[in-house]
Amino acid sequence: METLQTDVAIIGAGGAGLRAAIALAEADPKLRIALISKVYPMRSHTCAAEGGAAGVIKPDDSLEHHFNDTVGGGDWLCDQDAVDYLVQEAPKELIQLEHWGCPWNREPNGSVAVRPFGGMKKQRTWFAADKSGFHILHTLFQTSLQFASIQRFDEYYATELLVDEGRCVGLVAIEMRSGQMRRFDARAVIIAGGGAGRMFPFTTNGAIKTGDGMALAYRAGVPLKDMEFVQYHPTGLPSTGTLLTEACRGEGGVLLNKNGRRFLQDYGMGPETPLGKPVFKTMELGPRDRVSQAFWHEQKKGNAVPTQWGDSMLLDMRHLGEKTINERLPLVRDMSISYMGVDPVTDPVPVRPVVHYMMGGIHTDIKAATPLSGLFAAGECACVSINGANRLGSNSLTEILVFGHRAGQSAMEYVQSGARPAADAAAAALGAAAQGRVRELMRRSGGTETVAGLRKEMMHTMEQNAGIYRSHEGLAEACAKLADLRRRYRGIELHDKTNVYNTDLLQALELGSMLDCAEAVTQSGLARKESRGAHQRLDFTERDDKNYLRHSLAVYHPAQAPRVEYLDVVITRSQPGVRDYSGGHE
Amino acid sequence: MGERQIELEVLRYNPETDSEPRFQRYSVTCREEWVVLDALNHIKETVDPTLSYRWSCHMAVCGSCGMMINGEPKLACKSFIRNYEGVIRVEPLRHFPVERDLVTVIDDFMDKLKRVRPYIIPKQAKAISEGEYLQTPAELKKFKQYTLCINCMLCYAACPEYGLIPKYIGPAAIALAHRYNQDSRDGGRDQRQEEIAATEGVWECSFVGACSDVCPEHVDPAGAIQQVKIKSTLDWYTEHLMPWLKK
Repeated sequence: METLQTDVAIIGAGGAGLRAAIALAEADPKLRIALISKVYPMRSHTCAAEGGAAGVIKPDDSLEHHFNDTVGGGDWLCDQDAVDYLVQEAPKELIQLEHWGCPWNREPNGSVAVRPFGGMKKQRTWFAADKSGFHILHTLFQTSLQFASIQRFDEYYATELLVDEGRCVGLVAIEMRSGQMRRFDARAVIIAGGGAGRMFPFTTNGAIKTGDGMALAYRAGVPLKDMEFVQYHPTGLPSTGTLLTEACRGEGGVLLNKNGRRFLQDYGMGPETPLGKPVFKTMELGPRDRVSQAFWHEQKKGNAVPTQWGDSMLLDMRHLGEKTINERLPLVRDMSISYMGVDPVTDPVPVRPVVHYMMGGIHTDIKAATPLSGLFAAGECACVSINGANRLGSNSLTEILVFGHRAGQSAMEYVQSGARPAADAAAAALGAAAQGRVRELMRRSGGTETVAGLRKEMMHTMEQNAGIYRSHEGLAEACAKLADLRRRYRGIELHDKTNVYNTDLLQALELGSMLDCAEAVTQSGLARKESRGAHQRLDFTERDDKNYLRHSLAVYHPAQAPRVEYLDVVITRSQPGVRDYSGGHE
Repeated sequence: MGERQIELEVLRYNPETDSEPRFQRYSVTCREEWVVLDALNHIKETVDPTLSYRWSCHMAVCGSCGMMINGEPKLACKSFIRNYEGVIRVEPLRHFPVERDLVTVIDDFMDKLKRVRPYIIPKQAKAISEGEYLQTPAELKKFKQYTLCINCMLCYAACPEYGLIPKYIGPAAIALAHRYNQDSRDGGRDQRQEEIAATEGVWECSFVGACSDVCPEHVDPAGAIQQVKIKSTLDWYTEHLMPWLKK
């Protein structure tokens, strides 16, 4: 097997991976950086983020406000030291992107413009129309091209981390173009592999979001933290799950039930605010978990709007006018017309909650370090945790920058502290074993299971049992089903046994990642007998700080269900309180 | 809800098993709102797991699923079945080597993109602590449309010059160079000119305009190329005929 030597290997070339790579390249041009991704960097799912990135910039705002919004929005499951670091670094990172050319929207005087977002007390979301993630990704990718020390390995799929004597010393990946396996010996590894929304059938996530980065760390013994917290974004197109950004509501769009009522006022987010004049942290600017949950109740009451794709609500933006919609929400208009045949300028758009984001992920500390020496993680695949039980919109683009940068710094500090790669013989043995596992899957015959079949069953059980509202019964059923699917996974036989760009093989590997992540979601959900943020239990309807003001840690087992352990939340100054999104809050 | 039976003719090529590309026909029952990508996914899941193609976002922003659909370069995720009659022919993007099936090799573009220096080369370096560069909405508008390129390669597949002269830097890379040249924060035009105003740069373009016609993001690379030509011509005059005007 061909072997490549590098100092820092980064798995994933979306926003977090690119930010880490640039941080490393800037800090020490002599460091060899391998940027490894299963897709070309500009295909990474960061490109699909629409609304913007939060960072305090205006004089009426403060870091304390951003901190309080984030911690309360996360239902007090955020680590408060990490949130402090996020809000303090956020403006610097966003200005850095501005210096690198990001086309942020501007005020008439040329300063950066900001917009309101759900759960935020002030306007602090920097945006580039409704393609903010796209512009962040392309700005980072294009900026990265000036650094000779960043060596890219586009369309390489990482199958395993190499762990020797308790240290992460590299990885093994498939070069998709040839089907050949390559070993990367590295002194440090950063995982920036994104989320895992594709374990659900109805999601805003692109096809590539299959939890591979999470699974790599998990199987290497790093716990997955707070995996039960899965964010539903309230406004996806019912036909395809395509996201319509929260900025639709930030700009003044409203949500209606079939009777034309702005129903959020009936779920603790009222009283109704004047049309076209959104008020911070109430009504349509409530947090995503609460808005999605309100829809669920409306549906139960029979107040949803029926469409051929299922029950929906209406997102009404007509009063914003064509000019505002074209200037600030052009993609929203384009997609509504293309995929739903509805023009938001003239008609309300049917929308419904859709799986969007994993609050949980690879357990890291505030320095983006995992408990495995030499392994770091950042972005959606990681859980620092700044999102707690519910992420506020526009905090994740900020997170990939702040903690992508931090992961780069930490990896460099680790390398400079004298970390060496593994001895060649040890690495060779680990690499050969990893290669053997992929070969076995490729050559297996007589199997009766298919990738598409198992994937469908997994998605179905996740949607049925791990959605907006959950119960012991449903979660236990899902756990049993996933255990069975993991067992049956070993009976998959590939149809395609050739080498070049074998997507049958890749999808099989991706399914393996998703099954592992899905089991961590349902087992952690089953164990958390309370309702907090995005994890709502019909059988335990209240938040239980006495027993569950703690992070869950799912610990991998190759043949059995994960063990779920707990870790205290870091609380520095904000004691758990009431999440008040009524118009009555101060 | 409407369903429709359609025939897809898809180019297949596996370098390990095929001596040359061939077409394979699939019959698919499509829902009326489906795009060509949905039909391909349906084939992949239920008929033929060996079919290979790239896709991810299904919302025309990741740029993965560019392919020739009935002879035109299109994003499969934005090509609605309802707009086609008869057999739909799907092929890999023209002018690129085929890696396998609908997957093309795009090394050439990746190399050219890097060559045009698509990043800010600051006119005046600024520390983070000094805050953002001021840029008015009018200044932003000068380059904004060129930032919308998703690198989907449709313009390269449409460009007759790129087909004839593969060394031609091509529409997307030139448009991105122009994007940075037009940015009020940038001072790197001279460095980019070495690439884009060279023989294999803008002068290869015969202004057919096909690149702008096929762009799914309504970027106008043809316009960018013409602007670069005009500015380069002015450079030449300044340099050779009116050297006293040179700053």
